[in-house]
Amino acid sequence: MTKLLASREALLMVAIAFLLAIIAWRFPAFVVPSNLLAVFNDTSPLILLAIGQMIVILTKCIDLSVAANLALTGMVVSLINIAAPGLPVIFIVLIAVGFGTLLGMFNGILVWKLAIPPIVVTLGTMTIFRGIIFLLTEGKWVNSHEMSDSFKSVPRADLLGLPILSWIAIATVILFTIVMTRTSLGRAFYAAGGNPHAATYAGINVGKTQFWAFTISGAIAGLTGYLWVSRFAVAYVDVAAGFELTVVAACVIGGVSIMGGIGTVFGALLGALFLGIIANALPVVNISPFSQMAISGGAIIIAVIVNAQANRTPGRIILKKAEHAK
Amino acid sequence: MNTRSIPDRLQSSLERKLKSWESLLMLVAIGIFVANSFASPYFLNAWNLSDATYNFTEKAMIAFAMALLIISGEIDLSVASIIALASTAMGAAVQMGVGAEGLVLIGLATGLVCGAFNGILVTGLGLPSIVVTIGTMSLFRGISFIILGDQAYRGYPSDFAFFGQGYVWWVISFEFVLFAIIALIYGVILHMTNFGRAVYAIGNNPTGALFSGIRVGRVKFILFLLTGLMSGIAAVCLTSRLGSTRPSIATGWELEIVTMVVLGGVNILGGSGSIPGVVIAAFVMGLVTFGLGLLNVPGIVMSIVIGGLLIGVIALPRLWTMWRTR
Amino acid sequence: MSTSDVPILSLEKVTKTFPGVRALSEVSIDLYPGKVTALVGENGAGKSTVVKTLTGIYKPDGGEIRIDGVAVQFPTPQSAENAGVTAIHQETVLFDELSVAENIFLGHAPKGRFGLIDTRAMQRGAQEILDGLGVKIDPSTILKELGTANKHLVAISRALSVDARVVIMDEPTAALSHAEIEELYELVDGLKAQGKAILFISHKFDEIFRIADNFTVFRDGQMVGDGAIADVTEAELVKMMVGRDVNQIFPERDRNLGEEVLSVEGYDHPTEFADIGFSLKRGEILGFYGLVGAGRSEFMQALFGTTKPSAGTVRVDWAEVTICSPADAVSHGIVYVPEDRGKQGAIVDLPIFQNVTLPSLKQTSHRGFLKLAEEFKLAREYTERLDLRAASLDTNVGSLSGGNQQKVVIAKWLATEPKVIILDEPTKGIDIGSKAAVHEFMAELAAQGLAVIMVSSEIPEIVGMSDRVIIMREGRIAAELDRHDISPEVLVSHAAGIMEATA
Repeated sequence: MTKLLASREALLMVAIAFLLAIIAWRFPAFVVPSNLLAVFNDTSPLILLAIGQMIVILTKCIDLSVAANLALTGMVVSLINIAAPGLPVIFIVLIAVGFGTLLGMFNGILVWKLAIPPIVVTLGTMTIFRGIIFLLTEGKWVNSHEMSDSFKSVPRADLLGLPILSWIAIATVILFTIVMTRTSLGRAFYAAGGNPHAATYAGINVGKTQFWAFTISGAIAGLTGYLWVSRFAVAYVDVAAGFELTVVAACVIGGVSIMGGIGTVFGALLGALFLGIIANALPVVNISPFSQMAISGGAIIIAVIVNAQANRTPGRIILKKAEHAK
Repeated sequence: MNTRSIPDRLQSSLERKLKSWESLLMLVAIGIFVANSFASPYFLNAWNLSDATYNFTEKAMIAFAMALLIISGEIDLSVASIIALASTAMGAAVQMGVGAEGLVLIGLATGLVCGAFNGILVTGLGLPSIVVTIGTMSLFRGISFIILGDQAYRGYPSDFAFFGQGYVWWVISFEFVLFAIIALIYGVILHMTNFGRAVYAIGNNPTGALFSGIRVGRVKFILFLLTGLMSGIAAVCLTSRLGSTRPSIATGWELEIVTMVVLGGVNILGGSGSIPGVVIAAFVMGLVTFGLGLLNVPGIVMSIVIGGLLIGVIALPRLWTMWRTR
Repeated sequence: MSTSDVPILSLEKVTKTFPGVRALSEVSIDLYPGKVTALVGENGAGKSTVVKTLTGIYKPDGGEIRIDGVAVQFPTPQSAENAGVTAIHQETVLFDELSVAENIFLGHAPKGRFGLIDTRAMQRGAQEILDGLGVKIDPSTILKELGTANKHLVAISRALSVDARVVIMDEPTAALSHAEIEELYELVDGLKAQGKAILFISHKFDEIFRIADNFTVFRDGQMVGDGAIADVTEAELVKMMVGRDVNQIFPERDRNLGEEVLSVEGYDHPTEFADIGFSLKRGEILGFYGLVGAGRSEFMQALFGTTKPSAGTVRVDWAEVTICSPADAVSHGIVYVPEDRGKQGAIVDLPIFQNVTLPSLKQTSHRGFLKLAEEFKLAREYTERLDLRAASLDTNVGSLSGGNQQKVVIAKWLATEPKVIILDEPTKGIDIGSKAAVHEFMAELAAQGLAVIMVSSEIPEIVGMSDRVIIMREGRIAAELDRHDISPEVLVSHAAGIMEATA
C-alpha cells in the first residue's frame, strides 16, 4: 500500500485533485458529478488511444499514426454506413476494430520484419493513411444527415447513467489492466521494452512483441475511429489532426517512460483525464481557450521532469549501508 | 618486432561515394526531374522552377541543423512552433513600429532563446529530447496563440519583404542563395571540423565519446541552439514571404523536416548521415511537390507519395538484402 | 548416486560460425546425470557460445544436440527450457523494473483461472526458492533496489525455478562473497543428489577441483581435452587451455619512483564507495584488487570525471584540481582505459584512426578544421608503437579482435601524453600472448615516468606487476600493502573480509 502512495500515479492523482480544486474555487458548477461524468465522456477517446499508445511506448516504440488510423477507419465505416444503412452497428464496430487492426499490423510488420525505426514507419503511415481518406472521398465530407440514426446514437445511448462511449472506455481500462498485469503477453511488453537484451534470453521475441503492441494500438484506434465520427456525426480528411501528439502527451503526463518498460494503464488514464479536464475547464473558468496549448505543453514538460527524477536509477549499490537503508 | 605497416585506407573515397545512399537518392532526384519534365509543359520554365524552390528552402535550412541534431542522437520536434513564436514576436514588434533590421534580430533572438530552452532541458536535466520537444512544441505555439489568438499581424515594412520575396540575380531568389550558403556552412561544419567529428562520435556511442573526453553536453546544447537559430531564420523568410503572421503558421512542418532529413540518408537513431544527402532530399521533396502541383494533384495526395518514399527508401534496401540472402 | 552411461545432454561435433569468425569447430561435450562437468578455457575459447547454443539462443550451423541420446533442435530459448535446460548466464540478464518474483518466473509464471498469472502462487514459489538458497529478500522487491550480489542471487533463483535436468552455471561465483560461495557449493551438491547434470564454467581452479567430477577444455573454439578431474592436474589443464607450457612471467622492472604525481583524499559517493584516499608516484604501478562489485571501477570512473563524488579532493602534481568531466581529467593528465571496451573504451563503428585521434583533435587540427594527414600520422605513430594488427587504419574498430581493440584504446590515450593512466582489467578477455605484450608495455610506460593504476581481478597479474596494492571491499579500502607483503592468500582474505573476521 505504501508503495502505491509513493508512486507516480498517486502524485498524479494529487495533481488532478489540486487542478479540480482550483477550478472549483472559480467555478463550483464544474465539479458537480454530472459535469464530471460529462468530462469523462468527452475524454473517453483520448483515454482509449492513450492505452494503446502506452503499450507501444512500453516496448520502446512510438505510434504517430493513431490519429490518421482513427480518421481513416472512421471514414471507411461511415462510407459503409452510407452504402448499407441497415447494417447493425455491432458489425460496424467489428469492421472498425478489424480495419484498425490491419492498419496497426502494417506498422507492426515494418517494425518487426524490416527493422525500420518506429518513428519513421509511423511518420510515413501517418501521411499515407490520411492521404487514402482523400483518395476515397476526393475530399468530400460525410455529414450527419448521411449517417444512419443507429450509427450516430449508439455511443450516446444511456446505460445506467453513463453513455456507452464512457462504458467502452471503462471496459477497455479494466480489460487492459488485467492483460498488462496478469498475462504473459502483458508482462512481455514490459520485459521487451525494459531490457530487450535480457528479454531474448528469457525467450521473448522482442520484434514480435512490438508487432503485437502496434496491432493492439491499431485495433483501439480503429474502434475509436467509429466512436469519434459517430459522436461528432461527421467524417472528413482532417479528423483528429494533430491528436497523435496529444495522445503521446497523455502517456507522458501519465508516467509512461519514453525509454520503455515503465508505465501503467492507470497512469495513462490519469494522464488523459488531466488533459481532458484542462480542455473542458478552460472555457468555463474564463481562461482563453487559446491558452490550452501552452498549458498542455507546460504540463508535459513538468511531467517529464518529475518522471525522470522518479525513474533515476540510484547507481550501483555497493556500500552495504546504502542497500539496507532502502 | 614486426615492421609490417598498416595502410591508411583500403577503399578509395570515390569508390565509397558511388555506392552510397546519396548516389541512390541522386538517381531518384534525376528520375523525378525527368519524369516531371515529360508530365507537364510548365515544368521546365525558369521562373516556375524558381518558385518551386520556395517549397523547400525554408524547411531545408532547418533540416541542416536538424540533421546534425539527429546524427548526435537527439531530435527537435518543436521547430515549427519556434517558427510560430518567432513570427509572432516579429509581428508584435511591427505593431510597436520596429523596422526591418530590428525584426530580423528579434526573429533570430527568439529562435535562439527557444533553442536554449530545449537545450537546457535536454542537456542540463538529462531529459529525452523527443518528449521534451513534444512539450515545447505545444508550449511555444501555445504562447503564440495566447499572444495572437485567432488574429493575424500584418503591416510588415516593405523592405522586410526582400527576405522572402526578393531576388538576388535573375530567377535566383534570396531564399535560395541563403539556403545554399547555409548548406555550405553546415557541410563544412559537419564534414570538416572537430565539432562535426564530435557530433558523429556522440551519435555512434555517447558513452564512448564522453569517456574520450568529448564535452557531450556542450556539443548537444550548441546543436539545439543552432536548430533554434535556423528556425528563427526560417521564420524571418517565411513571414517575409507571406507578409503576415498567424499562430498556425508552419503547422506540420516539423514532420516534413524530419522526413527530409531521414530521406537524406540520416539514420534516425543517430551516428550517420551527410549534408549533401539532405540537400538532395530537399530537392527531391521540392520536385515531387512542385511537379505534382503542376498536375493539380492535391497536397494531401502528395503526402502519400512523400510518406511512401520515406518508408520505401529504407525498406527497399532491406527487402533486397533479405531476398539475396535467402 | 548412480551414474548412467547415457548423457542427459550432449553436443555432438557442433559448429557455429559468425561472419569472419568460427566460434565453435566440431565440439563435443557430454553431461551426465548427477555429475558436474567443468568447462575450462580462456576468454574467446567458445564457452559462452556453447552456453548460448545449449539454451537455444544460438542455433548450431553443424552437428547435433542430443537429449538422452536422441537428436533434438532448440529453435527458441523456450524449447530449450521445455527440454529441461536452464542456465545462470555470466551477465545478469534481468529486468530492473520488475519485481524479484516476476524476474524469477518471467516466461514460465504459474497460471491460474482463465490462463491468467497467479500472482500469489508466484510469490510463494519465489519465496520457496529464495529460502532454499538461504537468501533473505522479499520477493515483491523491485529488482533495481538490490545490490549486485543480490541481483546475481536472483539470477540463480531464476535458473532454479525451471524444473530442469541440466543446470548450466557460467562464472556463477564472480560476484559472491565467501559465505555465499559455500552455499552455492552446497546447492550444487544438492542438485547432483537429485540426478541433475551440471555444466560449470569457471576460471578459478580451486572451485573446479572442489566440485567438478569431469572436465572439458576448449581452446580457440575447439575441444582439446576431456576426462575425469581426478586424473588431471592444474598444470595440465593450463597447458591444454593455452597450448603450451606456460609459467606466467612478468617483466623485470627497474623501479625508479619519482615525485608524487597524484593524491586523492576522502573520495565519497552516496552508494558506491566511501573514504577513498591514496597517493601515487611517477613510475609507480599501483594495483587495485577486489572481488567483482567491490567498487573499484566505480571509484576510477569518479576519479576520471564520469560520475560525481559527493566529497573528496584530488591533487595533480601537488595542485588541487576539480574534475567534473572526462574532458577535465584528460586536461589534467589523467586518462582511463575502461573495462568495457565496446561501450566505454572505443567507438566501434568509427575507424581506428578516428578513435585514436578523438581526444587529441586540438593537436591534429588547424583552427578547428580537421587535417586528415596529421590524424593518420598520429594514429600511425601510436598504433605502430603498440604493434596493432589491422587491415587498415580506416577499418572500423568493431572488426578487430579484443586484444587489438584494447591496443586502439591505449594508443588513443598515450597520444594525449598523460601523467596518470588508469587501466581497468586491461588483459580481461585477451589471449595469453597479447596479455604478455600488455604487461611489457605497462612496465615500459612506468619506466618512462608515467604513473599507472591497474585495476585487476587476476591474482598473478596483481602479484607480478604491482609496486603497491590497494584492496577494496564493499566500496571501502580494506588494506594497502607494499609488494613485498603481498601473496595470493593475503589478497583473497582482505578482499573477502576474512582477515577482519579473524582479527
